[in-house]
Amino acid sequence: MTLILRSWQGAAAVVLCLAALASLPLMAADAPSPFGTGTVVLVFLMIAGAAAISFTKLSQPLLATILFVAAHLAVWLLLAGIAGNEGKATLAFFLMLAASWLLAWRCVAVLSHLRPKSGAGDTFLRLLIPAIFGVWILILWEAATRGAGIPFIILPPPSAIGARLAGSVPILWADVQQTIFKAVLFGYVVGCASGFVVAILADRIAFLRRGLLPIGNMVSALPIIGVAPIMVMWFGFDWQSKAAVVIIMTFFPMLVNTVAGLAASGAMERDLMRSYASDYWQTLVKLRLPAAMPFIFNALKINSTLALIGAIVAEFFGTPIVGMGFRISTEIGRMNVDMVWAEIAVAALIGSVFYGVVALGERATTFWHPSNRGG
Amino acid sequence: MNNAPSSVVSASKLGLTFETGDGPVHALSNVDLTVNKGDFVSFIGPSGCGKTTFLRVIADLEKATSGEITVNGMTPEEARKSRSYGYVFQAPALYPWRTIEKNIALPLEIMGYSSVDRKARIERTLDLVNLSGFGKKYPWQLSGGMQQRASIARALAFDADLLLMDEPFGALDEIVRDHLNEQLLKLWARTEKTICFVTHSIPEAVYLSTKIVVMSPRPGRVTDVIESTLPRERPLEIRETPEFLEIAHRVREGLRAGHSYEE
Ligand SMILES: Nc1ncnc2c1ncn2[C@@H]1O[C@H](COP(=O)(O)OP(=O)(O)OP(=O)(O)O)[C@@H](O)[C@H]1O
Ligand SMILES: [Mg+2]
Repeated sequence: MTLILRSWQGAAAVVLCLAALASLPLMAADAPSPFGTGTVVLVFLMIAGAAAISFTKLSQPLLATILFVAAHLAVWLLLAGIAGNEGKATLAFFLMLAASWLLAWRCVAVLSHLRPKSGAGDTFLRLLIPAIFGVWILILWEAATRGAGIPFIILPPPSAIGARLAGSVPILWADVQQTIFKAVLFGYVVGCASGFVVAILADRIAFLRRGLLPIGNMVSALPIIGVAPIMVMWFGFDWQSKAAVVIIMTFFPMLVNTVAGLAASGAMERDLMRSYASDYWQTLVKLRLPAAMPFIFNALKINSTLALIGAIVAEFFGTPIVGMGFRISTEIGRMNVDMVWAEIAVAALIGSVFYGVVALGERATTFWHPSNRGG
Repeated sequence: MNNAPSSVVSASKLGLTFETGDGPVHALSNVDLTVNKGDFVSFIGPSGCGKTTFLRVIADLEKATSGEITVNGMTPEEARKSRSYGYVFQAPALYPWRTIEKNIALPLEIMGYSSVDRKARIERTLDLVNLSGFGKKYPWQLSGGMQQRASIARALAFDADLLLMDEPFGALDEIVRDHLNEQLLKLWARTEKTICFVTHSIPEAVYLSTKIVVMSPRPGRVTDVIESTLPRERPLEIRETPEFLEIAHRVREGLRAGHSYEE
């Protein structure tokens, strides 16, 4: 019992292996190029063997390495075997896939308990664990789409998306320039900056605060689907109309957050400023803005996502023949779903980088905040 | 009004009522008090008797609702605007995004001291509160006692001859407290500042003060003002002398009288 507890993933993998053994072969009887017997034996030996090893008291790094190699080699053999047999995978195939996935899970579990002594080792682990996670999403996706023969239109396999990505770099680059470097960045900077400035004005002038904030909440609930075509009418087909949509979307989160942040400083801290007979601007710069930084960065992070969505969706309503949103809407019409997915992948990558840069800025600026002090 | 040049704080018939959701709270009523230049005045009394409120009225952080008060012969607001006092709050209230020396520089920046002057003052006040070498640390990297000392240094950095201190040593252990009391007396003697000091500790009040104001709650008022007969030069051992114990006894009696009023 304790043996099983030490690695329940290993135990489950053995059970899955046995079930797969009972329901062989791995490919349907009419598959054009079924697995060779040698390959099948090798896959079974690797998975069952690694599962068995996971019960032992081997040193943890060594165990992780064995699990890592066995799980990924086995799944690579399985995936390679699909070629030519699309849509012919049987229950046994998916049982073995699940078994190797369990081993990878065990591997990550072991890895996440390691406490490396060197900083480099720590960084390596911090990157490796999410990387294994991400790779397995792609593996399961690939196996599900090609193994079970999911239609290309519904969900293309990641390998096809990757190939399309690599093959259309110039087009993708032009789209990124149009959508990201023009519409998103311009709109983001202008939207955030003006939201910030208006927040300060609203803080200074009471009637602005009372009048503007409720309207702000209303406008931020406006559907961009409705706003985008109007912006196209006003500012034309090119990136300016998309930037306008981004400005509208990013302005109010910044306004609302900054106003809340300006009220975040403590009563005693404000009394201290008062006791120095500090004027409005001194108190603003030396106390209230620093105290508002966590709120302001919150808005910057929300807006980094909103800006991307806004610019891409706004392009659905008319653009010159370039841009990420334009590409998505036209390629889906031509059934080129792999290109659509390639654009999505690029957008996801840029979105993550964008968010990451803002988060780094946040770490540098609000290092003093109780939630950041540890790291 | 008695505005003799030597009176730093002068209150007569001072009252303050907070209007709260469940009725008015009489935090201060009928307070008559004069603090002279160079005095070390301690305020002692049970929790909620209005000690903090009185200090806040002097500092123009709260407005009296009746009676009169002058600070340096001016209204509290004028006195605050002319930066005539330094205030040490019950908690350190250091800004976490500033290092200790930047925190001490804060009032200096606001009051427009030159950067050379700032540097010299930071060094001097850090030394005064025994925090030399900790200037580059952030407040949260220091112990509570060190933070409180830093906040005292901040109040000492600029030239205000009135120092308002609200239980500055409340959170510190006995030994550190003794040490800081001694330091504070030295500092008071050297700088000739006028100090208003809130405390809950009878020995602390007697050891430090030239004048002890005993207060009692509901409504907050002054029940006794005890002039200390101790010399200005006070080694820690003075706390064992009969004279010291005699004054401490009077303070305790005063506090008791205030308490029996409640029952
Ligand atoms: N802002 C406020 N609003 C309403 N009531 C208040 C306010 N500040 C203080 N009070 C009330 O005034 C009274 C005096 O408060 P104060 O803070 O001056 O007491 P204290 O003597 O400093 O007590 P402690 O020794 O606990 O610090 C208390 O009853 C308190 O509840
Ligand atoms: Mg108090």
